[in-house]
Amino acid sequence: MYSYSQFDKDFIAERNKQFRAQVERRIDGSLTEAEFKPLRLMNGLYLQLHAYMLRVAIPYGTLRSAQMRQLAMIAEKFDKGYGHFTTRQNIQFNWPKLRDVPDILDALAEVEMHAIQTSGNCVRNVTSDHFAGAAADEIEDPRPTAELLRQWSTDHPEFAFLGRKFKIAVVGSETDRAVTKAHDIGLRMVRGANGEAGYEVIVGGGLGRTPMVGKIIRDFLPAEDLLPYVESILQVYNRLGRRDNKYKARIKITVHENGLDVIRDEVEKAFVLQRQAFGGYDQELYASIKEAFAPPAFIDAPLDAFYAAQNADASFRSFVDTNLAEHKNPDYAIVTISTKAHGQTPGDATADQMRVMADLAETYGHDELRISHEQNVILPHVHKSHLPEIFARLREAGLATANIGLISDIIACPGMDYCALATARSIPVAQQIATRFEKLKLEHDIGALKIKISGCINACGHHHVGHIGILGLDRAGVENYQITLGGDHTETAAIGERAGPGFAYDEIVPAIERLIHGYLDLRDSPEETFIETYRRLGAAPFKAVLYPAEQIAAE
Amino acid sequence: MAKKFTPKVLTANHLLSGDVIYWDEKGDWVGAFEDALYLDTEKLANHVLTLAEKQQDVIVGPYLADAALGPDDKPMPAHFRETFRMTGPSNYHHGKQAEA
Repeated sequence: MYSYSQFDKDFIAERNKQFRAQVERRIDGSLTEAEFKPLRLMNGLYLQLHAYMLRVAIPYGTLRSAQMRQLAMIAEKFDKGYGHFTTRQNIQFNWPKLRDVPDILDALAEVEMHAIQTSGNCVRNVTSDHFAGAAADEIEDPRPTAELLRQWSTDHPEFAFLGRKFKIAVVGSETDRAVTKAHDIGLRMVRGANGEAGYEVIVGGGLGRTPMVGKIIRDFLPAEDLLPYVESILQVYNRLGRRDNKYKARIKITVHENGLDVIRDEVEKAFVLQRQAFGGYDQELYASIKEAFAPPAFIDAPLDAFYAAQNADASFRSFVDTNLAEHKNPDYAIVTISTKAHGQTPGDATADQMRVMADLAETYGHDELRISHEQNVILPHVHKSHLPEIFARLREAGLATANIGLISDIIACPGMDYCALATARSIPVAQQIATRFEKLKLEHDIGALKIKISGCINACGHHHVGHIGILGLDRAGVENYQITLGGDHTETAAIGERAGPGFAYDEIVPAIERLIHGYLDLRDSPEETFIETYRRLGAAPFKAVLYPAEQIAAE
Repeated sequence: MAKKFTPKVLTANHLLSGDVIYWDEKGDWVGAFEDALYLDTEKLANHVLTLAEKQQDVIVGPYLADAALGPDDKPMPAHFRETFRMTGPSNYHHGKQAEA
């Protein structure tokens, strides 16, 4: 993993010192809120419904155990004992006090973390595959690319005041686990005709009020051209992007209004100049970053204990079947730890749970942890012989729920329980769906399913790309929930189709239950997943179960 | 046509703690919605908002929130957003509900 250079350390220390002084000047009245707000946002500090909220960057979702322990310390000392992992692989603390924030930032700096560019109209935390460096299907580890982009974009003077925020995601596998097609720029690591490294560059994707699937602007960009090309895209966006209307300011609108061909031509023109300007330092940097991401020293050990536990313990077997993914080393596994025990808040972990996960990473996981955009925590490198012990420790900590990829593994934004922008609650809807299907004991029978819930049109809960998406709105002063169907967050990305009229708060869980029972009746075999059935039959039979004729007649 | 005025209370967040606060009849900031000054005329509402905007060394983001009178003639929120601000999140017993 990458460690801060002296330059990085000095930079963060200086920024923290500046922010401490800015907080003091706000408190003593030298700065108005209008002056202070952009400064606090640049340091990740929001004001939400009940309190301040600090959003801390977890670059490309990668953490060491010491960093996770420090997050636990912050949760306990400065917050209410927990943190919330987000769909941008960040962590949010919901209850910090203004005077404490500079101390929190200093505590983060001790473990090479910060909150810079987690807000504002700048390049945000670069996200990546949470299985990066471990996945069996990986072409190349995308994290050095993400780190290179992080260093390039941090405090980049030309892009500190863009027309709107700008999100970049990178994957190194055929399987897209980072929703690259819903990003301003998505990068997919590919190989050229002669095996040379490069990227497929996707531009203009995004969710929010105008959801769009990104378009391929370059099907093969040589690896060494990455920064000049990305910089060219940003320059064109900065020049052509709209600043007259916040809702039309993202690059997806720039691409849509100008057309992909025009944007591509402009980018290629800029690229000719940028390529000359870079001069090779970026490639030296990239080479040194790559060294920091060398694979861990994998161990060799007998697997007898693993197989014995699999035979002896049904709950362990269920955990293995549901929460493990294939590692590039066949004796290893990728373990996804669910933060979504039935009825819990998706993405929340207590300080104690964070420490358990940190201990497991340190003892058994080559000191690595990942946060997924699906709001779970991953131990990317676990030798299978250690799985029984890990499972036992997770179970003690309430972290062994075997529900990854199932109906209760729901993405939910904070919604109106916390967020100042929200129009309805998300969390309780997720909690109720999870507990309802746990009670029905149908979860494993239903199989693979992505439910994603947003509490407003900004779509932090990715509802557009959920197989079932739920969008909470305020309809005449009452919470109302729209359902979308058929969304897809992967390499075959698709925006879900709105099913019909919305449902009241107390109707949304029964509506989802009707939908699921409808799917169980409609599927042609237990192996056919919800999304496969939807693609085979289209929306009509699902709409019919959501809106029964007698209900429509009664209205 | 201008929107018809509906009764309000004045609310903000406390600068240091971030807590939700309300303007009461003495012009102090208090923690309970029901203790807020019920602003039943547009003139009064705008007046107290102007006063609050001068107190930005104490508060953040003052605004007028829709209110109604409850059965005990005390102000209560007229929209669910303010009910959540007044109470706290629904997933944990945190915020104002924990202080009561």
